[in-house]
Amino acid sequence: MNPLEILRGLWTTLKSAFEPPVTYQYPEIKRPVRERFKGRHELKRYDNGLEKCIGCALCAAACPADAIFVEAAENTDEVRFSPGERYASTYEINMLRCIYCGYCEDACPTEAIVLEQNYEMSFTDRRSAIYPKEMLIVPVPEGGQPTPQKVPPGMFDKSIPIMENPK
Amino acid sequence: MTLALLIEWAIKSVVIFLIIVAGFAYLTYFERRVLARIQVRIGPNRAGPWGLLQPVADGIKLIFNEELIPAKADRVLFILAPVITVLPALIILAVVPLGPNLTFFGKEYSLGLASNVNVGVLYILAVASIAVYGIVIAGWASANKYALMGGIRSSAQMVSYELALGLSVIGPILLANSMSIDAIVSDQRGLWYIVLQPVGFLIFFIASIAEVNRSPFDMPEAEQELTAGYHVEYSGMKFALFFMAEYGKMIAVAFIGATLFLGGYQGPFVEVVPWLGPIYLFIKVLFILFLMVWLRATLPRFRYDRLMAFGWKILLPVALINVLVTAVLIVVFGG
Repeated sequence: MNPLEILRGLWTTLKSAFEPPVTYQYPEIKRPVRERFKGRHELKRYDNGLEKCIGCALCAAACPADAIFVEAAENTDEVRFSPGERYASTYEINMLRCIYCGYCEDACPTEAIVLEQNYEMSFTDRRSAIYPKEMLIVPVPEGGQPTPQKVPPGMFDKSIPIMENPK
Repeated sequence: MTLALLIEWAIKSVVIFLIIVAGFAYLTYFERRVLARIQVRIGPNRAGPWGLLQPVADGIKLIFNEELIPAKADRVLFILAPVITVLPALIILAVVPLGPNLTFFGKEYSLGLASNVNVGVLYILAVASIAVYGIVIAGWASANKYALMGGIRSSAQMVSYELALGLSVIGPILLANSMSIDAIVSDQRGLWYIVLQPVGFLIFFIASIAEVNRSPFDMPEAEQELTAGYHVEYSGMKFALFFMAEYGKMIAVAFIGATLFLGGYQGPFVEVVPWLGPIYLFIKVLFILFLMVWLRATLPRFRYDRLMAFGWKILLPVALINVLVTAVLIVVFGG
């Protein structure tokens, strides 16, 4: 071992001691996640407040961890939750089973379920690891009505909105 | 022997114990903070202001850890080993003067339990060697091959480097013409021995790192090869005792290095204001401890055979030549 090389190494480590630390003081300072980060799921709404989810359970079928449970019920024009025939009356995700792969997002025909950026999930028992629909659905946007809505007949017959190709 | 003398000794002993025990706790904090800064991190800063209560939290956690004794372990030796390891670290400071003599109520007191003992250096070497027994016994009593390997390695390493360590302290002994640490320190009033004995200090520093089993010579506890070496089966307070022994010995060798080579408590104005003595000593000790932590942050672990080769083929001959040259120069120039 060359003593000069040891001195050079010591100089290197001493220099790095005066660099600003790279540590984020986590609970106080949060590092922003990447744009495409796959965190906790959210169930989206249309601008008028209707839920995007139509209860088709394709997400549950696509889920490799079998973490999603969907139960559908019928919409009527008097009591309307989402466009089309059906809506999800029960929507549960077991956050202990979920592997955050995002397949549900890919499977969704209406872009209702999106993996958003929240990664701070904690629970003290298994029961509370199951997030019900009330926790997953986003609040009603401004100008929208809360569900269930009473809508004029024949206005929301299509389950799947007309989608455009990404520009 | 009067009662006053007994009380004086008792107080001094408690202070020396406290230096090692409290020093051990805060040395871990110091090391973690310095290592973190060198690795461009922050280090523990959550428990208490600036993380100053972190050692307390660690201590409480270790006390509540489960004390596990392996079924095939030799129970008596298994419990005895950490005690044997930690004792030398606690008593080694007895011969180191912490400052110049102070006068209270018209009576002069020396800052040090037995710093005027005329074989002080010998005492240090003798006591420091006892710790290896604890480590070997720990390795053997654990009935675990990793622990046994660690114990064997550490005995080989400590025996090899003790030679160089012993030879390196001959320099100050020759210069002061005494084995009493008091005499060695007061002889450094004008010039620190590190100036006269630069090679000696270097050898002392390297050998003492090997002696306290610290990186880059932490062969006995090489994580990658031996999981944790001799203390792999220890948990709870027994593990804490090994930990304390390692850090206590670090503090002890830093004190000894500062005393033998860096002038001990000597410094400017120490004759006028004697209270500066302990502060100077503390700064010097902190400097040596920083060097140790800095080295740990820089160098990877030596390979075992290279460690032995370095000890026997380089360090020992250099130390011998150093002693020879020092002795000849003292005879020629009259000391």
